[in-house]
Amino acid sequence: MGELKLMKGNEAVAEAAIRAGADGYFGYPITPQSEVIEYLMAEKPYERTGMVVLQAESEIAAINMVYGAAGTGKKAMTSSSSPGISLKMEGISYLAGTELPCVILNVVRGGPGLGTIQPSQADYFQATKGGGHGDYRMIVLAPASVQEMSDFVKLGFELAFKYRNPLMILSDGVIGQMMEKVELFDPIPRWTDEEIKEMSPWATTGKTKKRERNILTSLDLDPSRQEKHNEKLVAKYKKISENEIRFEKINCEDIDYLFVAYGSSSRICQKAIQLAKEKGIKIGLLRPITLFPFPTKAIQDMLGNIKGILCVEMSAGQMVEDVRLAVEGKVPVEHYGRMGGIVHSPQEVLEALEQKIIGG
Amino acid sequence: MSENILKEIIQPENIVYQKTKMMTDKVLSYCPGCGHGTAHRIIMEVVDEMGIGEETIGIAPVGCSVLAYEFMNIDMQEAAHGRAPALATGIKRLWPDKFVFTYQGDGDLAAIGTAETIHACNRGENICIFFINNGIYGMTGGQMAPTTLPNMKSSTSPYGRDIATMGNPLKMTDIVATLPGTYFVSRHSVHTPRNVRRTKKAVRKAFENQRDKKGGVSFVEILSNCNSGWKMTPVQANEWMVENMFPFYPLGDMKIDGELVK
Ligand SMILES: Cc1ncc(C[n+]2csc(CCOP(=O)(O)OP(=O)(O)O)c2C)c(N)n1
Ligand code: SF4
Repeated sequence: MGELKLMKGNEAVAEAAIRAGADGYFGYPITPQSEVIEYLMAEKPYERTGMVVLQAESEIAAINMVYGAAGTGKKAMTSSSSPGISLKMEGISYLAGTELPCVILNVVRGGPGLGTIQPSQADYFQATKGGGHGDYRMIVLAPASVQEMSDFVKLGFELAFKYRNPLMILSDGVIGQMMEKVELFDPIPRWTDEEIKEMSPWATTGKTKKRERNILTSLDLDPSRQEKHNEKLVAKYKKISENEIRFEKINCEDIDYLFVAYGSSSRICQKAIQLAKEKGIKIGLLRPITLFPFPTKAIQDMLGNIKGILCVEMSAGQMVEDVRLAVEGKVPVEHYGRMGGIVHSPQEVLEALEQKIIGG
Repeated sequence: MSENILKEIIQPENIVYQKTKMMTDKVLSYCPGCGHGTAHRIIMEVVDEMGIGEETIGIAPVGCSVLAYEFMNIDMQEAAHGRAPALATGIKRLWPDKFVFTYQGDGDLAAIGTAETIHACNRGENICIFFINNGIYGMTGGQMAPTTLPNMKSSTSPYGRDIATMGNPLKMTDIVATLPGTYFVSRHSVHTPRNVRRTKKAVRKAFENQRDKKGGVSFVEILSNCNSGWKMTPVQANEWMVENMFPFYPLGDMKIDGELVK
């Protein structure tokens, strides 16, 4: 068993970055995720593993440092919260277009605009549908515990490098700030220069006589070649959709109704399931772990006897659109969620279920 | 001249000048007479002469030189508009023993990338920044740049840059020279052989500083014409540059070995 620690979600991410063998972290402070860079600065990872930690002058600079760093074939990472993630969108689009791997953490707070520093899940569209310009996708992982905050950093780098694609960990202010027990994974050594050259032959490692020069760019002024590049990206996203869907089913035997919820809302739904049981309502939970790719088929496979679905998100209703696309009108799908930084209670969720789905 | 005569003449023993192998064979996409090509060649000649081609990573900007990576025969990455110094920071921090440089126009470096430029300079990143200042946005068709001179015409200042409403030209090189994080700051041009030689010396010094880990940015501004954007012939453009740009942006070293030149 790995080392056990009581940690905040944000701290777990920072510790996991060091243990995952990350080479560089570039960030800019913003609530509710500043603990990531604070922990890293205090922990002196440059002494522990040689990892670089740098506070940039803005989120734009931070993501572009990641863009350059990712080009070297090394493991680069950044974190921020909603307003800062908006600024990173330009860089994310370039990372996606240039097919460079990196991990980006968004500890979501309420918006739009400066919004609130309290938790929210209102950046789902931005994370899963683009956010930046052009046809691209990030792989999006949604942790629901401090444990997953740690684990998904390691998994995140694995998937990002496997597909040469930026990956986002879409968390929220609850998961980032709360403290829980976490089992830390054993440290992975940082890659050596030789390993980097072998594993990432595309990287800017310096042109030797043995190979052509490596050019990392998202630009192609020839429309037919650019379209080929777009098609290649689309094929990659399809492959990711075929291979990397992750979800969890909780209490899904013999049920009449289903919650679909991710992140902290999924935990609230688990409590709501218990409250529902006491009232004789048979309901389970499907928790998407990957938001892109979305577990469309998993939802379709469950439809059989289900009479209705309630999507619970701290937003005006974003993921609910993907659930409706999966369900294709076969059963009622409704959304429930508080906004503005207010976290819904299990009781409120149960009431919404009774009003919108069971009574409706 | 017939093919055969050419073949006779083009022999190794007759070569007096040769393109550095650090430049690719790709035909330059720049307008005839534009300074970009000369600036590329100078930088690549220095990389060649110092024997650091295998250790050098360049960052191309967004601007006319967006395709610099097509011409420079080294590993390169294309930045988003203005972000090259941030990319260079990320690369250099992870590859501290490699040579990293940015190549940026004045719109890229002094408008949209002002923050990235100043903060990379202020952090004292051990990188080289090559800044090609032609006082205009060449690539997008000759719009006003932050460096456009007072009363100078451009497509977005068709009656001349009006200082009262459009602001003053920005002397970025003077600004970064005042920052403790720059080690070498110098302004040059490439319109005569003599100026080319001087520019090359400065570029060499910049790379040597990086090699010797002097600590700090080596920043070389190169004044250049944009004859297309200025709507002049190349010769007229160079004359105009000498007459109008040089008084406002005087050539010479501004900071050597971390000390401001008096
Ligand atoms: C974010 C963004 N904004 C605007 C542009 C359009 N654009 C391309 S190049 C350029 C200006 C380039 O001027 P400069 O840096 O002076 O280089 P030059 O072409 O003169 O060499 C602009 C505004 C862009 N590509 N990206
Ligand atoms: S438009 Fe201006 S800067 Fe661009 S290639 Fe032509 S002369 Fe050079």
